[in-house]
Amino acid sequence: MAQPLSRPLPRTPPAPAFDVERVRRDFPVLTPGLFEPRLAYLDSAASAQKPRAVIDAVSDFYSASYSNVHRGIHPIAARADAAYEGARATVARWLGAPRPRDVVFVRGTTEAINLVARSFLRPGLAEGDEVLVTELEHHANVVPWQIVCEEAGARLVAAPIDDRGALLVEELERRIGPRTRMIAVAHVSNALGTVVPVAEVCRIARERGVPVLVDGAQAVPHGPVDVAALGCDFYAISGHKMFGPTGIGALWARGEHLEAMPPFQGGGGMIRSVAFEGTEYAPPPARFEAGTPHVAGAVGLAAAVEYLEGLDPGGAMAAAAAHEESLLAEATARLAEIPGLRVVGTAPEKVGVLSFVVDGVHPHDVGTVLAAEGVAVRAGHHCAQPLMDRLGLAATTRASFAFYNDRDDVDALVRGVVRAREIFGR
Amino acid sequence: MSDLTELYQEVILDHSQRPRNFGPVPGANRSARGDNPLCGDKLDLTLAVRDGVVERAGFEGSGCAISVASASLMTEAVAGRPVAEAEALFERFHRLVAGEEGATRSDGGGDGAESSPDDPAVAKLAVFEGVRRYPIRVKCATLPWHTLRAALRSADEEVTTE
Repeated sequence: MAQPLSRPLPRTPPAPAFDVERVRRDFPVLTPGLFEPRLAYLDSAASAQKPRAVIDAVSDFYSASYSNVHRGIHPIAARADAAYEGARATVARWLGAPRPRDVVFVRGTTEAINLVARSFLRPGLAEGDEVLVTELEHHANVVPWQIVCEEAGARLVAAPIDDRGALLVEELERRIGPRTRMIAVAHVSNALGTVVPVAEVCRIARERGVPVLVDGAQAVPHGPVDVAALGCDFYAISGHKMFGPTGIGALWARGEHLEAMPPFQGGGGMIRSVAFEGTEYAPPPARFEAGTPHVAGAVGLAAAVEYLEGLDPGGAMAAAAAHEESLLAEATARLAEIPGLRVVGTAPEKVGVLSFVVDGVHPHDVGTVLAAEGVAVRAGHHCAQPLMDRLGLAATTRASFAFYNDRDDVDALVRGVVRAREIFGR
Repeated sequence: MSDLTELYQEVILDHSQRPRNFGPVPGANRSARGDNPLCGDKLDLTLAVRDGVVERAGFEGSGCAISVASASLMTEAVAGRPVAEAEALFERFHRLVAGEEGATRSDGGGDGAESSPDDPAVAKLAVFEGVRRYPIRVKCATLPWHTLRAALRSADEEVTTE
């Protein structure tokens, strides 16, 4: 069994053979000749491409098993129910969640965090209370907390990072006070790739009796996690970043929290009985899945998990992760050799992301030149403006890696950056 | 790719690296701030307007090559121009970078923006014609012009591309 992300990434990962050429054939968008120039897709941290297995699972479900869930008495409804609840169990497996019923299907990480802010935190949040986040967070792990804090007169506090982009855990600990009601941290930074020692954060938080939400959107595309080992209270993920469909994600939460939480939205499917005098809510997870859920999305997300599990015999993406790690290391080393280029985010533990700035060339111009070379990257603040402010930057160019990337992609990236410098006379 | 050189023409590179009229205009009586929240570009524009004429324009801020060069060339193009003409130039510039292909001449003769050919500062704006092939960069080129319009109609105000 390979190392899940709940522990520090292994220094010398076990490296079973990884056949990237074979894996690339699983992704229709990577078909040779489809794009001219060749597509070097280095934007997986924004959204990952989909393997044929996911596309087919969604299509097959609509073709042969589709119905609404939870209500039908006809045979095809039973198929849809089985597919939906089966998907829940599969996603639970990727998260290391012992009980599938503690997994709530949502639209994505953003909705998961809003759900927790609204249904878990807000009811007991009072004036003078505090919510602790970090300087690394994506806006999705800042704004939902900010909204409920403003409503309650509570305060949002940010734990600092160092100049490499690593979380200063002891500084986070110092900021936990008697009024801290919630800690929310990214598992992996979307802008810098920093792997946050969330198990350590959770251990500290537990000693102080503070619940922790982990934004796992950027972690689960790189390997399974183990929520029990992490010791968190909530873990939020998006399907589209882990090679599944858009519009589906999951929230894992400790069962006792879900039992105690009021609904997030009201509607069909989340009730036990309704009368105009009052409504009795269904037990979790149905209580948090008002309305017709994205059944096909859940099926597609489960197909993504099964695809990832099948990447190597260990089922935990060990070979894929080792391949990714070597690509990231090679790209980092080669970009760092380019004069005037500075890698932004050099934390000791990183995964998947290579952010950088080039002297005298704006990140958007770098992005445009790279695009002309067929290299898809992101340029901007990466929905992490507080982090950019902390780093004193308006924007960076971000290349992000998945297991389907190869050395040709790295070559194209390096070539494009060199070209950008030439165009701008550097 | 050859069309990169169409986007990043020499004039654009020159103005992005050595922007003209950089800094606040002395005696400015109009100003506006423009920003593109998607990319973090920020632009502070100041104008000295006397007797209905934009005597001078200056800008400060940071942004990509397209937005900085656009601001620089704009300050040259509007200087000495009546307010109404400066406003009209906004419309022409917008059509140039965002309009239909062929809406302006693209024969390389450099008299884009439907300008009078004898006005070199206006003629130069034709270098932005390549931007229309890069739809997501159109906002970079038009940000300074939106900011200009806000300044002309100011009251100080902040404009955004959103």
